[in-house]
Amino acid sequence: MEAVDDDLNRAMMLDGNAVAGRFFALFGAEMTANLTECASCGQDHMMGALLAFTHAPGVVLRCPSCQAVMFRLVETPRGIYFDARGAAFVRIER
Amino acid sequence: MNRPLQWQIATIAAIRPETPGVKTFTLDLPDWMPHRPGQHYDLRLRAVDGYEAQRTYSIASAPETKGQVQLTIERINDGEVSGFLHDVAVAGDRIEVRGPIGGYFVWEVPLGGPLMLIAGGSGVVPLMAMLRHRAAAGSQVPARLLFSARSYDDLIFREELDRLGADGSGLEVVYTLTRSQPSGWRGYGRRIDPAMLATVAGPLGRTPLCFICGPTLLVEAAANGLAEIGVPVSRIRTERFGPSGS
Amino acid sequence: MADDFVTRGFVGRRQITSAANTQRIPPGQHEVKDFPVLSAGPTPRVPLDRWSFSIEGFVREKVSWTWDEFLKLPARQFTVDIHCVTTWSKLDTRWTGVSVDTLLEHVDLDPRAAFVTAYTIEGYTTNMPLPDILNGRAFVAYEYDGLPLAPAHGGPARLVVPHLYFWKSAKWVTGLRLMDKDRSGFWESAGYNNHGDPWKEQRYTGD
Repeated sequence: MEAVDDDLNRAMMLDGNAVAGRFFALFGAEMTANLTECASCGQDHMMGALLAFTHAPGVVLRCPSCQAVMFRLVETPRGIYFDARGAAFVRIER
Repeated sequence: MNRPLQWQIATIAAIRPETPGVKTFTLDLPDWMPHRPGQHYDLRLRAVDGYEAQRTYSIASAPETKGQVQLTIERINDGEVSGFLHDVAVAGDRIEVRGPIGGYFVWEVPLGGPLMLIAGGSGVVPLMAMLRHRAAAGSQVPARLLFSARSYDDLIFREELDRLGADGSGLEVVYTLTRSQPSGWRGYGRRIDPAMLATVAGPLGRTPLCFICGPTLLVEAAANGLAEIGVPVSRIRTERFGPSGS
Repeated sequence: MADDFVTRGFVGRRQITSAANTQRIPPGQHEVKDFPVLSAGPTPRVPLDRWSFSIEGFVREKVSWTWDEFLKLPARQFTVDIHCVTTWSKLDTRWTGVSVDTLLEHVDLDPRAAFVTAYTIEGYTTNMPLPDILNGRAFVAYEYDGLPLAPAHGGPARLVVPHLYFWKSAKWVTGLRLMDKDRSGFWESAGYNNHGDPWKEQRYTGD
């Protein structure tokens, strides 16, 4: 019982694929194959590979290498907050 | 590359049961466009009072099937959207969808191989789109599908997979049944582990292109297992479906 | 055109609240009977022998308790309604824990202390004006419904501030920092309202 409970958050975890539609709506283009670098540990990953926590007041995307928060996405009536302070860069392919 | 992503109103052309708890919904799309195998559609339901629920569903059909897409959807216990689709929706109903979406968990023949596909339960859906596309394109790219399900009856697309695995194109399909096996079963009967991966993926060489899809915990175990047997992390792509359905 | 579209036969799964309880549900909320698990990250695992709770910042001296010491503090049962900004509300939730008032008896507050940031084992923070955690408005809970607080729900201990949206009730809380200036926490700096009063529907920045 304890193991199931402890794993509940992890079992519900998704990845960048789950928010691909939201990214497309935000950026006007497919983003999941674009490379991004974690500002905490410096590892590069494709946006689709980021760990996604969607059962929250907003979407939180974390680095698969070090778990640090890279992006936060909050949709409000007045607009979308896209917080990227945990990412050093995103390389957007043409 | 830059096309607008709009909601469109699809019509359910047909609903076909695949296994107990899994159905395929064939949708006619007024704005169909060929998708990349592995991509998904967002699907949205709206009630009269404006309440909305939205989910993403992987496309099961190959892009070679024009004008329509097939979404193969598992009924989740207490699932608000999957429950509606399974219990209320009928052929002729209209439903809002948006897509196709995805650029990371996709495979097409020009990307080459060898191809190692690992599925847990309904995670087989996007991989099926890849295999149907591979067959439609007449590709001989060496491929393996390792498909984990609870029981024999839970193997979605089993008959078609058995056929594809025997068509001489270089695809081999391996099943593992984790909860119950039929009498006389000589296949795997346990969770995916590094030893199983080494055996199944071994013939594909050191650096197959790997796609893993299914419940989050299975995906992580399989990805770690592949890394453990020496597959470079850069050759592994994953799509987590969240907790298993029931 | 697509904006008017209604899906035939779809009503959604929402709890019908009894007439007696309707005034306990803030605007825009609906009642649930289960206890949804929301999280911005994986569940941290905290061995109890390494757990501590501190009050620091604009206090004369920082104060900390180990787990054993914390359990010896006067505790009581709290039955409260909770409201999540994602629109679910749960009535009559039962907790056991220590009132923040009790904890603050062990420190001397600097007169400049006007705000508090709750911080947690894995980096999540949330902020409030000091009065929002005084006079019975907040407690640190380590039991829910008579059982040790489950890790997925914030165990070993979490802050509970029921009169504000539940993102302020920091899971896995390990301390309160008293501040002279307000500092936006994890969600407050990402689009959510700095205060978060469900009765005024203060969900987002600018509400």
